[in-house]
Amino acid sequence: MEAALCRAPLCPAGHLPHTGGDWQFCRQRLFCEAGDWRKQTRQPISLLVGEMSGRTEGGAVPLPIAIGEPSLFMAEPTASSPPLLAVEGVTKHFSGVTALSDVSLEVRPGEILGLLGENGAGKSTLLKILSGVMPPSSGRIVFDGADYAPSSPQDAKRHGIVTIYQELSLIPTLTVAENIFIGRAPLGPLGLVSWRKMEDASRAIIARVGLAIDPSTPVSSLSVAEQQLVEIARALSLKSRLIIMDEPTSALTETEVQKLMSIMDRLRKDGVAIMFVTHRLEEASAICDRMTVLRDGRLAGHLDRDGQPIQIPKIIEKMVGRAASELYARPTQRDVAGAVRLSVRRLRTVRDPLAPHAIVLEGVDLDLKAGEILGVAGLVGSGRTELARAIFGADRIAAGTIALDGQPIAPASPADAIKLGIGLVPEDRKHQAIFAALGILNNFSIASLSRYSNGAGFMAERREREALAGYRKALSIRMASPEQAIEGLSGGNQQKVILARWLARDPKVLIVDEPTRGVDVGAKAEVHQILVQLAARGIAIMMISSELPEVLAVSDRIVTMRRGRITGEMPGIEATEEKLMELMALDRKQEATQ
Amino acid sequence: MTSTTEQTERSGINIARLLMSFGPLMFLAVLIVIFTVLKPSFIDPINLFNILRQISITGLIALGMTFVILTAGIDLSVGSLLAFCGMVAAVVAKGGAANTLSLSTSGTQGYGWFAALLAAVIVGALAGGVQGFAITRLKVPPFVVTLGGLTVFRGLTLTISNGGPISGFDASMRWFGTGLIGPVPVPAIIFAAAAILCHIVLRYTRYGRAVYAVGGNAEAARLSGLRVDRILISVYVIVGFFAGLAAFVLSARLNSSEAVAGIGYELTVISAVVIGGTSLFGGIGSVGGTVVGAALIGVLQNGLQFNNVSSYTQSIVIGLILILAVAFDRWLKSRVRR
Repeated sequence: MEAALCRAPLCPAGHLPHTGGDWQFCRQRLFCEAGDWRKQTRQPISLLVGEMSGRTEGGAVPLPIAIGEPSLFMAEPTASSPPLLAVEGVTKHFSGVTALSDVSLEVRPGEILGLLGENGAGKSTLLKILSGVMPPSSGRIVFDGADYAPSSPQDAKRHGIVTIYQELSLIPTLTVAENIFIGRAPLGPLGLVSWRKMEDASRAIIARVGLAIDPSTPVSSLSVAEQQLVEIARALSLKSRLIIMDEPTSALTETEVQKLMSIMDRLRKDGVAIMFVTHRLEEASAICDRMTVLRDGRLAGHLDRDGQPIQIPKIIEKMVGRAASELYARPTQRDVAGAVRLSVRRLRTVRDPLAPHAIVLEGVDLDLKAGEILGVAGLVGSGRTELARAIFGADRIAAGTIALDGQPIAPASPADAIKLGIGLVPEDRKHQAIFAALGILNNFSIASLSRYSNGAGFMAERREREALAGYRKALSIRMASPEQAIEGLSGGNQQKVILARWLARDPKVLIVDEPTRGVDVGAKAEVHQILVQLAARGIAIMMISSELPEVLAVSDRIVTMRRGRITGEMPGIEATEEKLMELMALDRKQEATQ
Repeated sequence: MTSTTEQTERSGINIARLLMSFGPLMFLAVLIVIFTVLKPSFIDPINLFNILRQISITGLIALGMTFVILTAGIDLSVGSLLAFCGMVAAVVAKGGAANTLSLSTSGTQGYGWFAALLAAVIVGALAGGVQGFAITRLKVPPFVVTLGGLTVFRGLTLTISNGGPISGFDASMRWFGTGLIGPVPVPAIIFAAAAILCHIVLRYTRYGRAVYAVGGNAEAARLSGLRVDRILISVYVIVGFFAGLAAFVLSARLNSSEAVAGIGYELTVISAVVIGGTSLFGGIGSVGGTVVGAALIGVLQNGLQFNNVSSYTQSIVIGLILILAVAFDRWLKSRVRR
């Protein structure tokens, strides 16, 4: 019986797997009825975690702390202690846009505060203010009883606040010890660097974060998780009292996450305050003493752990809270009866052909019909962009098939995919789509140069200009002249030029990745309208987005992705932010056990 | 409200862009005026044609270099490649390297100027292609590949020439270096024709668009369906071709192919392109700018010489102007960005 539980894709409520091993069924009940599952289900969960660790490390080594054991994560009673950091009514404007409005929060010594919110909720703005990258427009910050207004990230560190970003800031060519003592290496009698002192001191510090490596190892040979721990060690060596971690678990494996959490717990016991910024609701729920949730730049609320972990449904409610606003006026869902245009089966890609175990996409099945908008919802790193790139021939495919109109295709480069009638509006407009210094005309026609040139290779500029003029009108692109450099346009108009670039090729399939990133509010709705019109013309559109309201507003059908897999699918009309959030943000334990 | 801010942004960009394209030209005009005031004979047509003849060799290579730098690449090997192609041309023209020390001007044993020209440009283009292949397929940065090329081609030149010059070509070949059509030196005409051709290619063809796109943003170019590697290889073929052409003209002018020809030319050539406003970061620049840049260097050298400034001082001035030109370019860019 127990063995069966270990191997099964478990429902945390201890239910046996639903027929076909679909865990989703129980997950629903779990939130609706079962309430706090950790309390009821300690046994199976810890078994599960035990097996996981055994699997990854080759022997049955139990982890020091399992995520599902509440007692170990219970905070010391700190309610009475005064706050270490108090943010009071902080507001930040950027050239007319309010990124953060009247936000207040507190962090006490020896507690872990979760900072949660959707993309664009204002988390990163708040982090930048706290870490001294930029000052607030108004409001007050008190750290350790005194006003805190750091002039630079260095200044913030001197005060005792260290921020650890997703992109780690270690210098890869230097050793662990050098990184920890960068800029303040201990000196020997002759005023030269004392390597022995430095390495001894480093050894002691990295032991505190549970690292057992030689301090003379170069950082480049460490895993991401180990590098993160080195950053934490460096923070500790600076006598930091508040460590801010920005999405620290997004690049870690399941086992590494457990380890990081146990170290966070140890630091908490040592009296260090931690601000934990994350998208992963389970992790946040498991370790945070309190949470502050932001939404649209405002405070959505605080949540307290009241003897038991903060419940995930409560967090989602706070994060999503907004009534789907007027901006995302939902079009009537069209009944899409078109034929299947693009069909993806068992698609797998790997990060590097030489390391086939670093799987990026696994077993992805997808059908895209003519005239439909398929929304793909997933967090950063869920594989949504990689899926687009694989279909578009930009990344190599390790296994699986792609078929267009029933014919198997194997695009080896974007040029191949484009010839077949696939277009991609990439996620990072500045680096992947626009030619900043070139004019709008050149930007527009670059994917269809042969269409606007004659047999001898000369550009047919008049035809080209006429085409651009047509799209300028149809998409209402606001620009001065076709020669104007595209970087002078607003984000929305740039995006429209990129859309026109693909429309000029009359694509069968158009993949748009974050189509409204960096696009202002008014133009967002216009871009959505364009997408709907294109679909009505029979183009199969796959829209990737991390903005759920956008996905809900535009999609006829929605699939969710997490960790390189499709985790769910539903008609757009049935989808809600809560449902999607669950599917894209929650760990499915079964993945780890497979 | 937004429309007015857009308006001002636009006009600001336009002024900066105008400066970017006409700045070097204005500077050239100012220099010519200054030198004419200092010594009125500077403006004499004979002297001006002289300048044209002087700049045509490096100017030809600079045309090819414009393509390379537009893709954010660099080619340091052009000086050595020029010597190598010149030596190949000489061997073909004279029917073998055995004639090294022959001073005969009859050239009856050789294969004639056309074969020599063909050999020079083909060898140049091939050498460029090999370097382009190393850059795109072996992923070695252009700086390193062409730095290697710089010594390899010089070594090859010394090997086939045995260190010495090959001199004495027939009159039909020498015409390409020393002849005149009306009052205009033939090298200047070749340079002008090549410049017009390059301008047309970059400005009016599909290929030209692709070159700007690859230099402007290689990743976006790839995602727009351009075969980025092929375009990168092609620009090194083009600069190699022009190094070969320039080698032929230089040998014809000097009536000799020297193993030590073209030393340091890469710097003059790159200076001409950069002073002409082509950005080393790729995507911005024009053939017109390069012609102006080459003319600027030629006018400076000639004008300073005219005023008895030593060649040592000339180097100093040209070096400083190069730095100023790039500083100006960066400053303009920061204006445009804002």
